[in-house]
Amino acid sequence: MLAFTAKRLGIALLVALTVSLITFSMIYVSGDPAIAIAGEGARAQDIEAIRKFYGFDRPILEQYFSWLGGALQGDFGRSFTLRQPVADVIAARLPVTITLGALAIAFALLLAIPLGVLAAVRPNSIADRFALTVAVVGQAMPTFWFALTLILWLGVYWRLLPITGSDSWLNFIMPAIALGYYVTPAIMRLTRAGVLEVLSSDYIRTARAKGLRPMTVLFKHALRNAIIPVVSLAAVQFGFMLGGSIVIETIFQINGLGYLAWESIQRKDLPTMQAIVLSLSVIYVLLTLVADLLNAFLDPRLRVT
Amino acid sequence: MKRFCFLLASLLAAATLIATDAGAGKKDDTLVWATDRDNPIADPFYINTRELVVIGHHVWDTLVFIDPKNAEIKPLLATKWTWVDPTTLEFELRKGVKFHSGKEMDADDVVYTFNHASNKDNAIANFALLAWIKSAEKVDGGKVRINLNRPFPPALAYLAGIGFIMQKGHYDGAPVKPDGKKDFGAVKANGTGPYKIIEVKPGEHIRMERNADYFKDGFKGTPSISKLTFRTIKDTNTRTAELMTGAIDWIWDVPKDQAERIKANPNVVVENAKTLRVSYLQFDANGVSGQKYFTDKRVREAVAHAIDREALTKNLVGPASVVAHSPCHPDQFGCSTDVPKYAYDPAKAKALLKEAGFPDGFEFDFYAYRDREYTEAVIGDLVKVGLKPKLNYVQYTAFIESVHKGRATVAHGTWGSNSVPDVSAMTAQFFANGPDDLTKDPEVIKGIAEADSITDPDQRKAAWQKVLARIAGQSYWVPLFTYAKYYAFSKDLDFKPTSDEIPQFFAAKWK
Repeated sequence: MLAFTAKRLGIALLVALTVSLITFSMIYVSGDPAIAIAGEGARAQDIEAIRKFYGFDRPILEQYFSWLGGALQGDFGRSFTLRQPVADVIAARLPVTITLGALAIAFALLLAIPLGVLAAVRPNSIADRFALTVAVVGQAMPTFWFALTLILWLGVYWRLLPITGSDSWLNFIMPAIALGYYVTPAIMRLTRAGVLEVLSSDYIRTARAKGLRPMTVLFKHALRNAIIPVVSLAAVQFGFMLGGSIVIETIFQINGLGYLAWESIQRKDLPTMQAIVLSLSVIYVLLTLVADLLNAFLDPRLRVT
Repeated sequence: MKRFCFLLASLLAAATLIATDAGAGKKDDTLVWATDRDNPIADPFYINTRELVVIGHHVWDTLVFIDPKNAEIKPLLATKWTWVDPTTLEFELRKGVKFHSGKEMDADDVVYTFNHASNKDNAIANFALLAWIKSAEKVDGGKVRINLNRPFPPALAYLAGIGFIMQKGHYDGAPVKPDGKKDFGAVKANGTGPYKIIEVKPGEHIRMERNADYFKDGFKGTPSISKLTFRTIKDTNTRTAELMTGAIDWIWDVPKDQAERIKANPNVVVENAKTLRVSYLQFDANGVSGQKYFTDKRVREAVAHAIDREALTKNLVGPASVVAHSPCHPDQFGCSTDVPKYAYDPAKAKALLKEAGFPDGFEFDFYAYRDREYTEAVIGDLVKVGLKPKLNYVQYTAFIESVHKGRATVAHGTWGSNSVPDVSAMTAQFFANGPDDLTKDPEVIKGIAEADSITDPDQRKAAWQKVLARIAGQSYWVPLFTYAKYYAFSKDLDFKPTSDEIPQFFAAKWK
């Protein structure tokens, strides 16, 4: 297990480094960053001053390592438009996005796993069809449209929930549902397929033959094995939600990282953009790592590879 | 199951309690207004957004104020003003006005403000609008002079727009940025205006509270609503939904289709009001784009006759929009509409094209950047008389570049005059030989220079009248229509939109 962990950790570190390098070069791919920051109608000397100030005149590798050195110490530079250190801004916004992502994935798991198990226990029954419908609707409905529908019914017509802001936990209910529903189908289908496969395996037949209660067979023996791929998927989806919450955060005016990313792009706030991409990708890599380790813990066979 | 139902019911009940208490509206005496823009700081000199112009006029005062009803200059922090000569303006200041800090406003503050703002190194966001100021000097405690670089008759209109008076030394304590420059925008707000800033939360809100010591009998009156909150809500649909639930009280820039739908809501009032923005067609009258068709006056006139501008305003823009005949907004000082006019007459347009040697029309480059539906309606009319515009629909920066570089044969543009209600803020922008001038007519250029060196209002109006008549007579432009925008607000709110697009919340009341 230790060797496996070390190997995975090494790979994760390499991925994070590569992502940081790509992130960093991105600003050059999209054109001269000094011109972009200076904006329209800037004079040549203004652009030159900006180039000097941000150090864009130095070799790109040198710039990268000085940025990386700062980033490793938690110094992402200063956001020009927000007038604060980028690290502070991210520290303030990240918990909001993580709360939203965690609630959304919790919602998705709570809805998808029972539905998936139900569908697997009674394949091709009405229950299975119902679960399938829920899944198809979730996959087919654009997130923004679903979010607006929620606002219309829960916010405007029934006045049950506040629509915008992140002051109370109530503010997170609608966005978590909107964000979580989108990933529900994938988790549900995977659970269904896993449980279905496991239920037809030999050891389940043995367990049944021993006279164990159906519930014990299902939850203690079948689900535990069937859930392994779901864990990986959920971890990846959680990462996806952190990065993909831009639309949801904008619609519900939640002051999180996704919304900050959108704003920074609009304002050409390069230090903030870089820091956001790096933080999100590091979290994503960490989640994948945790999923790998968790899987290895649940299934010793995986530790060999 | 029973227990679960009970839990759900109590959760929903709790949610209802919290959801309805949003801290807005008449019962909380808090007017919440929202737009899509984030305003991370509250200093009208250091962030160039419409919201900060609005907040500027609530938290600060200018020397003079423009009455949006008739574009007349009214006293505010100055009670009297005189043109000593064409490059010197003298102001007599109001006595007994206090900053939110408690200090009384005097000549030193005004001198400090304009010397700070007109210094290029201090880089205020709208420097170009105050670049005509050379310096400011104190005459005595209650009198100041502003010296101009050059004669600039609309000076008062510009001062009224963004000449917010700061306390002497306001920017001295500004924090220093890593590049060694001072971060002026980060200084805590301190004005003399009817509201004071309480809290600025980037990305979320700016809270203001009524200034109990605001001077009496000024043009802005005494504010009636005790709290004012600006909120950023990015999504148009979400803003509308929040207005309907009463979580916010006021929005604008509502799309026409949505405005018509929310009219049905009994708690919301929808109003269409005019703005200073004008939509126009600009011709490459000198043929620099390589397509020489529009050097012929008859072709330009044909375009003017081909477009049904009346229908555009009625069917697309909104009830408050009017047809424009001069290259300026009729509400701007000196913008005469007594100029040659071109009625909608497609037959005449065709005849003019035939006369010019283009009976079957011709193909040309047509640039546009804003409100595509308006552009397409214009193109539809041009196609009907046989013209074949090739539409290049681009971002604003690309649009303005194509005009400056002479690539646009015809450009469909719009101009909001930075809310300055004076003819020169628009016509001089496009006809005084600047980068936006595609005409470069010496007679017009000379006329504008003359008109803008006259400080006497009536003589200046007469001089501008000649310029505008020449432009319309030559059909250098086809001014299309004035913009109108939809406002939607709580039915409890007594609010009147103004064409300067500076909502006067200080004059608003709860019904």
